[in-house]
Amino acid sequence: MKLPSLLLALWRRFLLILAYGAGLTLLLCVTFLILKIPPVTALSSLCIGAFGDSESGHIYSISETLIKTTPLLLTGLGVVVAWQAGMFSIGGEGQLLIGALAGMAAGKIGEKIPSSLLTLIIILAGVGAGAFWGYLAGIMRVKRGVQEVISTIMLNYLAIYLVGWMVEGPLQEKARRVSQSDPLPDSVLFARIIPPALTNGSIARLHSGTLIAVLSILVVSFMMYRTRTGFGMRLMGQNPDAAKTARYPIDTLRLRAMAISGGLCGLAGVIELLGVTGRLYANFSPGWGFTAIPVALLGGLTPIGTAASALFFGALTEGSENLARFSGVSSVLIYVIQAAAVLAVVGAKSWQSLRKEA
Amino acid sequence: MLTGDKMSVYSGTFIGSITMATPLLLAALGENIVQQAGIVNVGLEGMMLIGAFAGMLGTRQFENPYMGLVVAAIAGLLAALLFAVFVIKLTANQVVVGVVINLLAIGLTGTIYRAVFGSTGTFLTISGLPHFFQGITVLTPSALFVVPLIWWALFHTRRGLELRACGEQPAAADAAGINVNRIRLIAVLFGGTMAGIAGAFLSLGESNTFIENMTSGRGFIALAIVTSGRWNPWGCLAAALLFGFTNELQFQWQALGLHLPYQLFLALPYAATLFILASGGKLSHAPAALGQPYRKA
Repeated sequence: MKLPSLLLALWRRFLLILAYGAGLTLLLCVTFLILKIPPVTALSSLCIGAFGDSESGHIYSISETLIKTTPLLLTGLGVVVAWQAGMFSIGGEGQLLIGALAGMAAGKIGEKIPSSLLTLIIILAGVGAGAFWGYLAGIMRVKRGVQEVISTIMLNYLAIYLVGWMVEGPLQEKARRVSQSDPLPDSVLFARIIPPALTNGSIARLHSGTLIAVLSILVVSFMMYRTRTGFGMRLMGQNPDAAKTARYPIDTLRLRAMAISGGLCGLAGVIELLGVTGRLYANFSPGWGFTAIPVALLGGLTPIGTAASALFFGALTEGSENLARFSGVSSVLIYVIQAAAVLAVVGAKSWQSLRKEA
Repeated sequence: MLTGDKMSVYSGTFIGSITMATPLLLAALGENIVQQAGIVNVGLEGMMLIGAFAGMLGTRQFENPYMGLVVAAIAGLLAALLFAVFVIKLTANQVVVGVVINLLAIGLTGTIYRAVFGSTGTFLTISGLPHFFQGITVLTPSALFVVPLIWWALFHTRRGLELRACGEQPAAADAAGINVNRIRLIAVLFGGTMAGIAGAFLSLGESNTFIENMTSGRGFIALAIVTSGRWNPWGCLAAALLFGFTNELQFQWQALGLHLPYQLFLALPYAATLFILASGGKLSHAPAALGQPYRKA
């Protein structure tokens, strides 16, 4: 009895994702038509950029797409946790940066620690710092009634300037030329998981940190849908009065939601540090923490949906670089697509609920 | 001789602070009205960017910076109309729609800019607003003039009372015969217009060109100013000047040869805002229904 219903639910979810994908592709085509670019060539160029072609091989491009997906996925999961709990945090960017900063600092301080242990310490430092940054916004909401929308904006800027100062100050490279830190030793960084034999020599950068991100989908899903904390958070997000009546500890849940959300964003930062950049610099993040919001919203604020959405936009980001080369269309076009898609979804949902009430 | 140098540093800092504060103040005054009506517009940043871009386009089209200003105001108004349709008519989440407006603004202005002017990197200059005195354009005195005007309108007129009622007790306001969503719509449109003008300050009053993402967070600072200014125009003025002053200080400080990390000055206003918010007691002065959509029962 149980298996068929599960299969049915999965099938429905699959159809939904398919429908969203079709809608987004349609949106892309319309945008290309407006810009007077032939949609078919543009789409195929996007696909080649994101997934490769038979000439250059697929594995390298797919690896790059997954690298772009990883931070989007983790920060997106962070948004899912906070927003499901009714905490409209837009602090992912700051939490990500603080995570990367703490990871870098831990790596520098702990130079003498054996490398595999140090990797673990760096990850924990990043997650902890991100969680703390989120917790700050939570405690201000709980104790002082400060709206998290505003406080997370302030915390974002504090993080940006803190990183900016650190990479020109205490954490700057020994040569002191560029606003960046020295790289962490290779032994500390994540392993590349694609053997070079598969890519004809070009080095695919996919790293084991992506596996941690995939694992996080399961952990967040379990927490949100199979634990009392998760249930309380979702109830609180939908109806705070009901959660209060049911004697859920509202303040504790808010703090937990913000800390977990921040921890996930911190993890995103530290994984980027250990998997891709190897060092910290000014402008470390191209705005993942902000893009995470439309990614999570288009994923319906569910972990699985967010994973699909992050993959879509990761592929779009990677593909658009290829598109830009021949059409002069910039990658900021992705923002237009995201904005239009979120407006369509939000508009349709609001309209539906208004009609139901009427 | 030395005192003369110092004097010019002081007066330079003062003028610099005021010019730096002008776009922040303009946007914050609009947002003040919006938030008093019970709506948080996180899309302020995007509306400013749209204003900056439209101001540049309008100035080129009509070959007149004042027409550019008008075009920027209209563009801000249109962006606010989009925001209002979703937030007021469809009662969608205000943070969501605000974030979307920001994305849309970066995407649209960037795409159109590159499509029309190419990404060749050639510097696009326009003849911006005339400077009366050391970077002071018509916008700076106007912004200062608007402060008492908005304060008076908010706290000493019947309309202002009605507007604040929409932000405090929308249900009660409705019962008293006030059309809550209409007043909120007017407030949002006003906020968007002000944001458009604030954005035009950047392209027409300051740099005489458009650069992608040139607002670089000023809309978010304006949000901070409204909050730390305690939802009061005079408070906004003080907070905007503080932001302008600390921002200016970093340049002067460096000019005086003092080696302090400039990020400290840039971060100071944000830290101050957080501190004011955290110390100010629970929910003090914030409109009670801030962020909640109003549906007629």
